[in-house]
Amino acid sequence: MPDLLLELFSEEIPARMQAKAADDLKKLVTDGLVEAGLTYASAGAFATPRRLALTLEGLSAESPDQTEERKGPRVEAPEKALEGFLRSTGLTKDQLQVQDDKKGQVYVATIRTAGRPAAEIVAEIVPQVIRSFPWPKSMRWGAGSLRWVRPLHSILCILSDEAGATVVPFDIDGIAACDRTEGHRFMAPGRFSVTSFDDYAAKLKRASVVLSAEDRAETIWHDATNRAFAAGLEVVEDKGLLAEVAGLVEWPVVLMGQIGEDFLDLPGEVLQTSMKEHQKFFSVKNPDSGRIEGFVTVANRETADGGETILKGNAKVLAARLADAKFFWENDLAVAKAGMGKWLDALGQVTFHAKLGSQADRIERIVALAREIAPMVGADAGAAETAARLAKADLSSEMVFEFPELQGVMGRYYSEAAGQPSEIAAVAEEHYRPLGPTDAVPEAPLSVAVALADKIDMLTGFWSIDEKPTGSKDPFALRRAALGVIRIVLRNGLRLHLDRIFDAQILRHEIAPLHDDEVSFRDAILREIAHHGVFGGAVRAVIEQAGGTVPDWVEKITEHSPDTSDDLLAFFHDRLKVHLREEGIRYDVIDAVIGLPNRDDLTLVVARARALQDFLATPDAENLVLGFKRAANILAQAEAADGVEYRFGADAKFAEHPAEDALFRALDTARAEVDPALATEDFAAAMRAMATLRAPIDAFFDAVQVNTDKQVVRRNRLNLLHDITEICGRIADLGKLEG
Amino acid sequence: MAERSAPRSFQEIILRLQAYWAGKGCAMLQPYDMEVGAGTFHPATTMRALGPVPWSAAYVQPSRRPTDGRYGDSPNRLQHYYQYQVLIKPSPPDLQALYLGSLEAIGIDMDLHDIRFVEDDWESPTLGAWGLGWEVWCDGMEVSQFTYFQQVGGHDCHPVSGELTYGLERLAMYVLGVDHVMEMPFNDPSAQIPLKYGDVFREAEAQYARFNFDTADTAVLMRHFEEAEAECHAILGHPADDPRSGRRIVMALPAYDQCIKASHLFNLLDARGVISVTERQAYIGRVRALAKACADAFLQTEAGGWTAAGA
Repeated sequence: MPDLLLELFSEEIPARMQAKAADDLKKLVTDGLVEAGLTYASAGAFATPRRLALTLEGLSAESPDQTEERKGPRVEAPEKALEGFLRSTGLTKDQLQVQDDKKGQVYVATIRTAGRPAAEIVAEIVPQVIRSFPWPKSMRWGAGSLRWVRPLHSILCILSDEAGATVVPFDIDGIAACDRTEGHRFMAPGRFSVTSFDDYAAKLKRASVVLSAEDRAETIWHDATNRAFAAGLEVVEDKGLLAEVAGLVEWPVVLMGQIGEDFLDLPGEVLQTSMKEHQKFFSVKNPDSGRIEGFVTVANRETADGGETILKGNAKVLAARLADAKFFWENDLAVAKAGMGKWLDALGQVTFHAKLGSQADRIERIVALAREIAPMVGADAGAAETAARLAKADLSSEMVFEFPELQGVMGRYYSEAAGQPSEIAAVAEEHYRPLGPTDAVPEAPLSVAVALADKIDMLTGFWSIDEKPTGSKDPFALRRAALGVIRIVLRNGLRLHLDRIFDAQILRHEIAPLHDDEVSFRDAILREIAHHGVFGGAVRAVIEQAGGTVPDWVEKITEHSPDTSDDLLAFFHDRLKVHLREEGIRYDVIDAVIGLPNRDDLTLVVARARALQDFLATPDAENLVLGFKRAANILAQAEAADGVEYRFGADAKFAEHPAEDALFRALDTARAEVDPALATEDFAAAMRAMATLRAPIDAFFDAVQVNTDKQVVRRNRLNLLHDITEICGRIADLGKLEG
Repeated sequence: MAERSAPRSFQEIILRLQAYWAGKGCAMLQPYDMEVGAGTFHPATTMRALGPVPWSAAYVQPSRRPTDGRYGDSPNRLQHYYQYQVLIKPSPPDLQALYLGSLEAIGIDMDLHDIRFVEDDWESPTLGAWGLGWEVWCDGMEVSQFTYFQQVGGHDCHPVSGELTYGLERLAMYVLGVDHVMEMPFNDPSAQIPLKYGDVFREAEAQYARFNFDTADTAVLMRHFEEAEAECHAILGHPADDPRSGRRIVMALPAYDQCIKASHLFNLLDARGVISVTERQAYIGRVRALAKACADAFLQTEAGGWTAAGA
């Protein structure tokens, strides 16, 4: 059983692509070999900045012989059919057998394919894999046509066993496979040959290359934390940075340095971001003061001076970078202390979206909506207005221009510098949250109000200009925004009528811009809508109060169609399903409760869904659902056949069978329990009441024929079925449940 | 070896790069005589990267980035600076080694420094060009851009050119151990009249910063932009056959001059802060349209690989 060693040696592979490339190489090569009939015992793949490597142990030396029997035409079939069969099998007539078949006698060909040596298969598979390799971005170089992530220089490909190693012979665009590779570019230049994976890994190590990225990362982390510990400091953990840095070096050498005195007063986030983004340095913290005071850089080599020149150079570059950061910080603080007016003005010049106006326009809308939402979430409307107005001011700051990822973080510092109380300053940072499915959700009422207003303004804006996410396209991250709203609502147990809020904000989009003197009139109307809905009588009252002549745009309100907000709410329900699915709640369970009243109150929807999901785990559930569906089916068929709706009038006095009587009584009892349970949102109690119907419904269907010849009895029974669906239907539409 | 000794001035570093790349067979060109934002704009790069004809050239290119002006006060930001540019087509297989040799030639000791190739994909939206490569780090400092051109002016590059761009001031400051660009020796410090970078450029930096940020007449700039754009299209609109000489002459290069002009005017307008975010994209799109038209035209010239037989 030979082992296979493959190395693709190139110019520097981007760090972020290395790990996936190693996995892809392993998968694609092993898949190809297995499909060709080879097996292997184990596989390992590796990446360094200049190479991808794959080792397969215990590869079969050759693929097995294969025998296939193929049935051909019947013996008495026309000559043509036989000729075709012989052509396709490559055999002659006397090599065929004749066998009995159901249809009579047929020709049978036995096709033997001889196994092939592993080298031949590898020489076929590897070039295919190289040519079709799934790099996120690839390139051509020189005059060739081969594509690789960066120029590919050499290919090492050997099969080795006890007898020794042999090169697998193939050639891609003039690069012939060989048994040679190179060590570290600077510390051990020159090529050498290898005879096995162990030999390869050992010789690489001698040539200052650590093959495994995990080993490199471990060395870096171990050395960095040791260095810091010895100085009474600690390295700030950053797994992403560690993986990236491990992909930038073949021979990691950790060096630690100090941040200049001048820069220690910069916010920690600024130091950390500047060092990470520009220099790929780790931050080193003083555990006593909590301040970032030093850095760790990882060089790719040892030097005679113990890294002194390298460290000095890095420190110098860092000083220049931090001087820039300090310059931005000081300029920004001056603007912040003056109240940030300059930044807010500048946002008027920044387009948010061609059809949705400037950032300043957007901020005004968020301010207005945050004022409406504030009392619904326990926040002060005036404070929400201030917080919303300042929350995005830092987008104009020099620091955020330089480091966009610090948006919000800087806003908080600058709001504090502007003299805002901490709960308002916090909104600048928290209103962007949650940033991802696992990011923390804001809980402070002011942050909740502005975070909701921010996201809902974005969603209603893009809905009103009909730019919704489609398939994999979601350039404005609207799915994330909707999930953010959902998580904020659920986490804080908010009871919001999203529909009304959507309608108000959609109208705000549609009737902007306005003359200044109309703004308060518009806002008064939209306030009514946000709180009481677009069809509330109060809206008309507000309009009527305005007297005879009203602006043209009022028509947009009186003629407003809820289609857009309905569509947006449906989008929310889809996101909600995806979100709850991750918590183990089934799609169809949500569907079963979404048709009920107040579907825009997501907290209520989820409470109903959870209760239903719990109920479905109980012994009565399955039969009750079946009984419900049976009742609904019979009723629907009868209504379709008769052209009548059986809606009321079920009367116990027409009951003919004790089972029928029992069902009437059970429905009365259930009704008496369900209504108060629903009124207090005790859905578990409502479910329990519904569960009591299981036995009477089963007994009813066992004993009674609904479609009897007696019309009065039949009508009464159909009305009774309606009562079942109606009572259950107040709790959930069980018909939507699968299975 | 004299070449390995430490250089003593900014100009010595330039001269050493010139000598090095001349020794590697590059044609030593001179700067293009127009205002450009980067060495890539020189037609010796933009145009010559197009088509199949082999090419190998190196040159210094004064470059202007009006928004980077700091009145001569910043230790490392300038609105006018020098790039050293090398373009070889097809890119030779040992281009990385050749490049590292050039760093040694200017006195960077490979045994003491940490040289790294860090992913940096290059894209020029105004030129409709992109390539893959790296920024080259020396002890954490970016000293060069290293790019394999994949597309220019919307055309696939076949063969591929290898482009090296050195930011000369930054590189020289590092090699010479200078902290403020204006303090950098321009000529030999022991010359009879020693000049520092600041003696040569401080005055110009202040004057251009004021002009770029506050006084350039934006109405004039906008008009010039429109004119350059119109002129570029007009030049390309002429038929290939020249009635005077009776020869086929496609005027890609004169048209490209107008594209360069439009691009610089756009940079000036940008520095004046009169271009909004949305307009910005539109301006870039207009310059790109010019660059593409010029690239199309260049491919219709013999230097761009056009032959009577192939036409």
